[in-house]
Amino acid sequence: MIEVRNLVKEYGNKKVVDNVSTKIRDRSITSFIGPNGAGKSTLLSMISRITHKNEGDILIEGKEIEKWNSGDLAKKISILKQSNHINIRLTIWELVSFGRFPYSQGNLTKEDKRYINEAIGYMRLDDIQHKYLDELSGGQRQRAYIAMVIAQNTDYILLDEPLNNLDMKHSVEIMKILRRLVDELGKTIAIVIHDINFASCYSDYIVALKDGKVVEEGNTEKIINKNILGNIYDLDFKIQSMENMKLCVYF
Amino acid sequence: MKKRYLFLTLIILSLISIFIGVKEVKVEDILRFNKENIQIIYLSRLPRLISIIVAGIGMSISGLIMQQISRNKFVSPTTAATVDSAKLGILVSIILFSNTSSLTKMLIAFIFAIGGTFLFMEILKKIKFKNTVFIPLIGMMLGNIIDSITTFFAYRFDLVQNISTWLQGDFSMIIKGRYELLYISIPLIVIAFLYANKFTVAGMGEDFSANLGLNYTRVVNVGIGIVALISSLVIITVGRIPFLGLIIPNIVTIFQGDNMKNNIGHTALFGAIFLLACDILGRIIIYPYEVSISLTVGVIGSFIFLYLLVRGSR
Repeated sequence: MIEVRNLVKEYGNKKVVDNVSTKIRDRSITSFIGPNGAGKSTLLSMISRITHKNEGDILIEGKEIEKWNSGDLAKKISILKQSNHINIRLTIWELVSFGRFPYSQGNLTKEDKRYINEAIGYMRLDDIQHKYLDELSGGQRQRAYIAMVIAQNTDYILLDEPLNNLDMKHSVEIMKILRRLVDELGKTIAIVIHDINFASCYSDYIVALKDGKVVEEGNTEKIINKNILGNIYDLDFKIQSMENMKLCVYF
Repeated sequence: MKKRYLFLTLIILSLISIFIGVKEVKVEDILRFNKENIQIIYLSRLPRLISIIVAGIGMSISGLIMQQISRNKFVSPTTAATVDSAKLGILVSIILFSNTSSLTKMLIAFIFAIGGTFLFMEILKKIKFKNTVFIPLIGMMLGNIIDSITTFFAYRFDLVQNISTWLQGDFSMIIKGRYELLYISIPLIVIAFLYANKFTVAGMGEDFSANLGLNYTRVVNVGIGIVALISSLVIITVGRIPFLGLIIPNIVTIFQGDNMKNNIGHTALFGAIFLLACDILGRIIIYPYEVSISLTVGVIGSFIFLYLLVRGSR
């Protein structure tokens, strides 16, 4: 479990994350929602030690993040940021192989290769595994990055807007894969997501942030509620139930 | 590009290099133990060949490292103020201790080179507008500013001629006893090979490196250290060789991709081959005289550079 207590991040005088306490529960998908500038991405970056916190505690399996050795932490928690602008010519296979870097420092063992090939198979990238990243479509590239994270084989996977720039088909595909990672492989996933209906249909828990503070959190059933969502986004929501899914209409 | 063929080409060019020159040396002379000709090979031809190979490998690997850690295809020791700073360092060492050894000169050049390169990397961090062509232009501007400082002090201390000899890359002056400093770059090249994977990860960015548990700052510093040291060694022993660190890695990565583990070997071999071929060309083009290597590399290199520039901005 990942637990965050009284977390603060300041840029200048502005508290981007203001006294946030929350939990990411094991073997589930937790979605972080909220308007732009709510501090969702910053929160995720701090939990993955990419951004340093100003105050508060981040406990990963009960141990404070700063006490973790960075190499060990790379085997425990992985993050995929929203801007994957790495302009570097690698093939899918090579990119995925770097997921094994924390284990082998790049000198791949037989076991590493097995993980890499499994991850590529899991993301159904076998046919294009030797293509360069710059030859791929947005959806294929996103799948390649997720394959890398799968090869990294961490218990916790944090994804910052994984559906950014993807069409509906690819978005659904990615969310189904995330669901499988949790249900089949027992991973714990936290995502920042803007599309409320994707959050509603695929996540177990939702944490809503606004102006750097947690305004609501709980299981999806509770959060997908007319009043709660209306309060978060300042919009009129209508919630419709359809085939066991709660859908929000706010247009 | 198969490494095997590159290696074979390098061997053939090396043999050609040993047997061309004003004094005719034939294969039979070696077999007959012709003392005079063996001396020529031992004192002049072999040192020249070794220094070309080491400098070719060193400069092209330096370029590869620079491009990887700055994440820009057009950054290299010559376009990131490294070489110009090293030159300023040499001037300072000449002014401060007039008759100093090459080793001290090299150390001072190294300190300046590392300072200049860090300055460039700091400027790079501050720039929001990360255009591929814009960044090396900034590096060249910085280099030119440093170069003008060098020229100013060289003029004041009457050292303009002295310093301009460091500007021109030239292998004709390489004889036994005047190039051995270059050997220091061999362990550095070995370290670069060992760090290849780490440089690739660093090339994917600071966040990416953190995610994989890599100490980004340390890897970048090791990279800059290697580049600054190799550049200083080459400029002290051979002089400035333009374009090499820029074009060789670019050509190789077109075929091999950016995974340094897969391209560093090719880059090393191709760099040595290119420099050696340019040297041989310079030696036969106006035989029995010779054109300095910085001219041949400069002319051929600038055409390749223009091609890459047009290709890159597309």
